Amino acid sequence: MHNFEFVKPSTLAEAVAALGTDEAQPLSGGQTLIPSMKARLNAPGVLVSLTGIAELKGVCREGDTLVIGAATTHATVAADAAADFPGLAALAGQIGDPAVRNRGTIGGSLANNDPSACYPSAALGTGATIVTNAREIAADDYFQGMFTTALEEGEIITSIRFPIPQRAAYAKFLQPASRFALTGVFVAQYAAGVRVAVTGASEGGVFRWAEAEAALSAQFNADAVAGLSHPADGMISDLHGTSEYRAHLVRVMTQRAVRAAQ
Amino acid sequence: MPKDDGIGASTKRREDLRFLTGNGKYTDDINLRGQSYVHFLRSDVAHGRINGIDTAAAAAMPGVLKIFTAADFASAGGIPCGWQVTDRFGKPMQEPKHPILADGKVRHVGDPIAAVVAETYEQARDAAEAIDLDIEELEPVIDMKAALAPDAPKVHDDLTSNLCYDWGFVEENREAVNAAFDSAAHVVSLELTNNRLVANPMEPRVAVGDYDPWGDSHTLYTTSQNPHVIRLLMGAFVLNIPEHKLRVVAPDVGGGFGSKIYHYAEEAFCTYAAKVLKRPVKWTSSRSEAFISDAHGRDHKTTIELALDADHNFLAIRTDTYANMGAYLSTFAPSIPTWLHGTLMAGNYKTPLIYVNVKAVFTNTVPVDAYRGAGRPEATFQLERLVDKAARELGVDPVELRRKNFIKPDQFPYQTPVAVVYDTGNYDATLDKMLELADYANFDARVAESKARGKLRGFGIAHYIEACGIAPSNLVGQLGARAGLYESASVRVNATGSISVYTGSHSHGQGHETTFAQVVADMIGVDASSIEIHHGDTSNTPMGMGTYGSRSLAVGGSAIVKATNKIIDKAKKIAAHLLEAAPEDIELKDGKFSVAGTDKSVDWTGVTLAAYVPHNYPLEDLEPGLEETAFYDPSNFTYPSGAYGCEIELDPETGKIDILRFIAADDFGNIVNPMIVEGQVHGGLAQGIGQALLESCVYDDQGQLLSGSFMDYAMPRADDVRGFTVDHSCITPCTHNPLGVKGCGEAGAIGSPPAVVNAAIDALHRAGHSHITHIDMPLTPSRVWAAMNR
Repeated sequence: MHNFEFVKPSTLAEAVAALGTDEAQPLSGGQTLIPSMKARLNAPGVLVSLTGIAELKGVCREGDTLVIGAATTHATVAADAAADFPGLAALAGQIGDPAVRNRGTIGGSLANNDPSACYPSAALGTGATIVTNAREIAADDYFQGMFTTALEEGEIITSIRFPIPQRAAYAKFLQPASRFALTGVFVAQYAAGVRVAVTGASEGGVFRWAEAEAALSAQFNADAVAGLSHPADGMISDLHGTSEYRAHLVRVMTQRAVRAAQ
Repeated sequence: MPKDDGIGASTKRREDLRFLTGNGKYTDDINLRGQSYVHFLRSDVAHGRINGIDTAAAAAMPGVLKIFTAADFASAGGIPCGWQVTDRFGKPMQEPKHPILADGKVRHVGDPIAAVVAETYEQARDAAEAIDLDIEELEPVIDMKAALAPDAPKVHDDLTSNLCYDWGFVEENREAVNAAFDSAAHVVSLELTNNRLVANPMEPRVAVGDYDPWGDSHTLYTTSQNPHVIRLLMGAFVLNIPEHKLRVVAPDVGGGFGSKIYHYAEEAFCTYAAKVLKRPVKWTSSRSEAFISDAHGRDHKTTIELALDADHNFLAIRTDTYANMGAYLSTFAPSIPTWLHGTLMAGNYKTPLIYVNVKAVFTNTVPVDAYRGAGRPEATFQLERLVDKAARELGVDPVELRRKNFIKPDQFPYQTPVAVVYDTGNYDATLDKMLELADYANFDARVAESKARGKLRGFGIAHYIEACGIAPSNLVGQLGARAGLYESASVRVNATGSISVYTGSHSHGQGHETTFAQVVADMIGVDASSIEIHHGDTSNTPMGMGTYGSRSLAVGGSAIVKATNKIIDKAKKIAAHLLEAAPEDIELKDGKFSVAGTDKSVDWTGVTLAAYVPHNYPLEDLEPGLEETAFYDPSNFTYPSGAYGCEIELDPETGKIDILRFIAADDFGNIVNPMIVEGQVHGGLAQGIGQALLESCVYDDQGQLLSGSFMDYAMPRADDVRGFTVDHSCITPCTHNPLGVKGCGEAGAIGSPPAVVNAAIDALHRAGHSHITHIDMPLTPSRVWAAMNR
């Protein structure tokens, strides 16, 4: 790891100012950034910690919306979202291991947009709103491919606003080594229809499966998608699964999520 | 009943107190005054010509003490190979040079090119980044068969090809085996891969070199399974340091599984550089570095055939194996696919004719050497998969086909057609025990229960034999070993009766400090707490060969027994003097010497004190003191065996396999500490199941390691390895060592992979997927699903 300056502001305004300097990078739970710095793959001159800012933390319900501060850890979401949005709490409780869940944050995960991360499927699968220091971004506009998002340089996610669904569940098939999602599917049912978002499978990162959404909006049970198959084009192929296998898992995990949401 | 802490007692491991409380003293915990740090700049290409290394800018970086390249080692020898295999034409194997730092060419990703020594580790890394390398990339050879093509690029330009050796065993049987196949009623064949593995002990390798200019003497602290072997190889072949000027210490070591047997370049570097710089030099491997610098394991491609007569008696076995050596010959690499593999191809069966052909191949990959089981898992996997396939093709019960061909209890000692003589065993007994513990009789009902839940259940059987405690030295010398394979022990009884035992075996997780003390406690009849086991320091233990091949108790334990018997003999003479009786009338029981048939006695401490305060002592006949050394060289291998049963459930939607229960019924001979044996089997099973379902070391066609971290190399976790039932009640004691023990360290890793794969194939066949005859390990969900949907 190369040397770097470390600042830990206590307000959002201070953090935004600190990020205005050259070579500054925000640091939340550090579950990706710190290992990449240790491997000397990343060497920011200044790290701006976001974990000392009270306004970025916590889970709170506002009507039909669950608002989660960006610097809230997975462990806190797993505990504090359980009553209002059990599907999301269950997803958070399955990320990594206890050490990861007690450091990693929802904002960090969404800003990084790892193609195998769990949270992007929940944000896209609920049509959440990503709130930053500058604006509000709809999930459908936010995710722009592997490790790519709509965030501008220096822009900080402050909270995520999840519309609370009638029912929802996440089904993850584990990559055997990392235990990230080899394919994970988040299914959420709303009065207006069903949303299905898939992570881990596509070279383009998290995506919505329109055919399954249509079928499930018409009839919310696992049989409704039994006859569907997702094409293998554009799916990831690696040591742990071919593109055909991942495409197959998209359907299987969608069915499992629907069953879990019953 | 065993004594509380004698032979047969499940005494708790005394070493765990320090391990579990974080108080072990590992090599990385050693920090010497004035210590410097080395970082190795390693090749990021698999094959390349070094046209230039410009270290000028790097050498001027802060904290840099010196940057070493191959030129600094012009006078040093290369890393030696400890075993020379003779090929089937009578010629010695091709043996390439193995420089400490890459000389002229780099030959695998991870090959060390330059070594930067600096005041801090980070400074060394910073400077390494500033080294300007001019490396001309060459086409690498990764696939073994492609490496043997006539026009293939050569890993070593000065060798005639990438073929290390073409070995035939038993070469004289070649034609007879072929004839048996030509006239056989049935021939069954199978092509398979034994997947390459990375050992990944919890503790990565570490070395600290220290030099004392006033005594011109060296000390190397290193993560080794056999410090004396490192002293011999490094002192005599690499750095030309005589033994009395070189001390090698392997303190607490956090697992080895074979990967810490070998002498590595980093050890020689730290020892050498400490003298050059007159400062201690420390190297601590990162996990990433371990993936590309620790010797890997397995990596065989095999075709195996079995000939049977009309009554399903095995007539002959013929195998054709390609074994990957990697880019250089690691210390014992050539012996693994030959003498530790070919000699095991009879398995538990009375097959009269066997021919094993092995072509060892150089490739632009990390060197491959022994990993838990070493050659024996490869032999067992082929054979037990093939026997299962034969049963399926012939339409007979795999249990009965095995039984029919087993060597029977009354046939021991049994001369196999592959040189070794099994001294003892009872294969039907372990099979019966396994089937009983598995509740095999009710398996069909469990299949139906799984089916009702949409799951496929399967049961797989594997039998194994292994050869442990490789020996005797004069035989292994004929087979090409450049070392002996005895073990040593010194037993020092102190004046007040406590006992210090010095053993050449090395404990890095095996629990020797507990079990060896149990053996001595039992023999003398004193409390185990009065006995301390010392190991791992060449300055205080006699020349020893270390720990691998499940040899510690069978060979090292036997040396301790031998030395302890010498102690008892002498102590009886002292007691006889004290009791005014003849030595042959003295009996030792429960730590007390008495004259047979009388009430005259003297206790243990009375004798030990007399030995060191010899006021009333037969000085004219007996030296004072009570300390004895023994070396033990076994007359044969030991042959543990066992029956393993694996019950799995397969999810047909995803291809994922869950192990529901795993039964290991082993015959390890006599058992010293049942709890430790059970733990050893658990660990072996975890690694064998890891190989079968999860672990795979994969290179791309350019020689880049795709599975170079735990993000892609799947280690077994607790929830992957469940439902173990371990039994070792079937005992046929070893006939040729004093404890009657056979060894238990590797069995789990040897017997479990074929049991798991056989279970998966069984589940698939029961569900109608009869076109699937084999799936290569690891049986990942993706692979299983692909086989089902081919």
